[in-house]
Amino acid sequence: MIPENLKYSKEHEWVKVEGETALVGITHHAQDALGDLVYIELPKVGAKLSSMQEFGVAESVKTVSTLYCPVGGEVVAVNEELKAKPEIVNEDPYEKGWMLKVKMSSPAEAGILLSAKEYGALLAK
Amino acid sequence: MKQTPLHRNHLLLKAKMVEFGGWEMPLSYAGIISEHQAVRTSAGLFDIGHMGQIKVSGSDAFSSLQLLTCNNLSLLSPYKGQYSVLCNERGGTIDDLFIYQLPDYFFVVANASNTEKVLNWLRSRVTPYTQIDHLEETNAALSLQGPKAAAVLQPLCNTDITGIKRNLSMRITVKGVPVLVTKTGYTGEDGFEFFFEKAGAKQLWEGLIDKGAIPCGLGARDTLRLEAGLPLYGHEYNDETSPLEVGYKWAVKMDKGDFIGKEALQKMEREGLPQKLFGLVFDSKVIPRQGFSVFKDVGEKEPIGTVTSGTFSPTLKRPIAMAFLKNYRENPKEVYVKIRDVLAKAEVIALPFYKK
Repeated sequence: MIPENLKYSKEHEWVKVEGETALVGITHHAQDALGDLVYIELPKVGAKLSSMQEFGVAESVKTVSTLYCPVGGEVVAVNEELKAKPEIVNEDPYEKGWMLKVKMSSPAEAGILLSAKEYGALLAK
Repeated sequence: MKQTPLHRNHLLLKAKMVEFGGWEMPLSYAGIISEHQAVRTSAGLFDIGHMGQIKVSGSDAFSSLQLLTCNNLSLLSPYKGQYSVLCNERGGTIDDLFIYQLPDYFFVVANASNTEKVLNWLRSRVTPYTQIDHLEETNAALSLQGPKAAAVLQPLCNTDITGIKRNLSMRITVKGVPVLVTKTGYTGEDGFEFFFEKAGAKQLWEGLIDKGAIPCGLGARDTLRLEAGLPLYGHEYNDETSPLEVGYKWAVKMDKGDFIGKEALQKMEREGLPQKLFGLVFDSKVIPRQGFSVFKDVGEKEPIGTVTSGTFSPTLKRPIAMAFLKNYRENPKEVYVKIRDVLAKAEVIALPFYKK
């Protein structure tokens, strides 16, 4: 359940690097720990984020969790579908459940994030 | 952490397990919302083996309990149960309970997180002719809730269960397991609770699931009780809040004679309650949680209340909360709750949010 082609943060976000842009979402482990999601607050397109800055919150029935953006840059798109259907993140956290598209200010930042193997080891602890 | 005899069954069903009141219990199996819907539309099954089961016996059992609880035990007869509250001298709440009168003793069900406190409270206040036994070593419990609860249960027992009316109990055998069955619950639906010896737990659990009951965890138990406007210790109730503030005046029988907390509760009634519990219904998407401040209007600095429980209501499909409001005399129609950096407007309603 940990895709090899993604990078991960210790806060359980994933990053998919595509040249200078990156897609950001939360991991399967994160959505499972939160349970049924009922509201996801995302930033506006154009917002500038530094790495590991808060970009929103995910509310589940049981709890609320802050979302962090593992890479710095400008938000160029957000997943509008999640506004009406936050449960997409529960159903498909790595594909349809993406949250942000960020134009990275320093793409090298993504290099220091965890690999799938390292993230797997973190979860196994 | 303590485990119920069904621990292995929960793990087999891949339940998400959490700590609750010193017990390792299932939070959810398939997901809180689907379990919630199962109870509202069909039948859900909860392991409630974490709840405190206490036997109160001896020649002074009645008088001891009558002095310690707010409701009137004289209203009971064999196999009848009543909701009651243990208050401290200040009128604050030690715990809320269910008490059943059985032929030879009173059977008391307390909240898991309060069981030790309740045992200590009882043991240090009852007469020497009252015996308090904690049944934790021997007993387990299940709760079957929902419109199809009776249909799930009936084929498993040879007794006609339609005779068990609200708050009544009966000794029957379900799937070969002798149980005390009670027509009670904590969900706002009709349902049954079963109290029995641990050895029968697996048989009963699996038997009820075979007949269509859906396993439900503490997450759904919380959203269900919240929609039904039912208070929970540690949220609405605590050592400083009284059953009167919670809106449970019906469970406080001032005319029954003396009981612990009576003077304080009477004084509160005379002088006016400091706060009262209301329901809040939100249009916003953000969800109010316990401890969030309530304001009378935008721009007000002083809160007029506090959220005690909040969640997303699967039935109303909106955020809901219970909150104590100090300005209750003004019949507030709407209030604002500070949720992180926004003030979310809420409609104030009388509880419950949901009635079947």
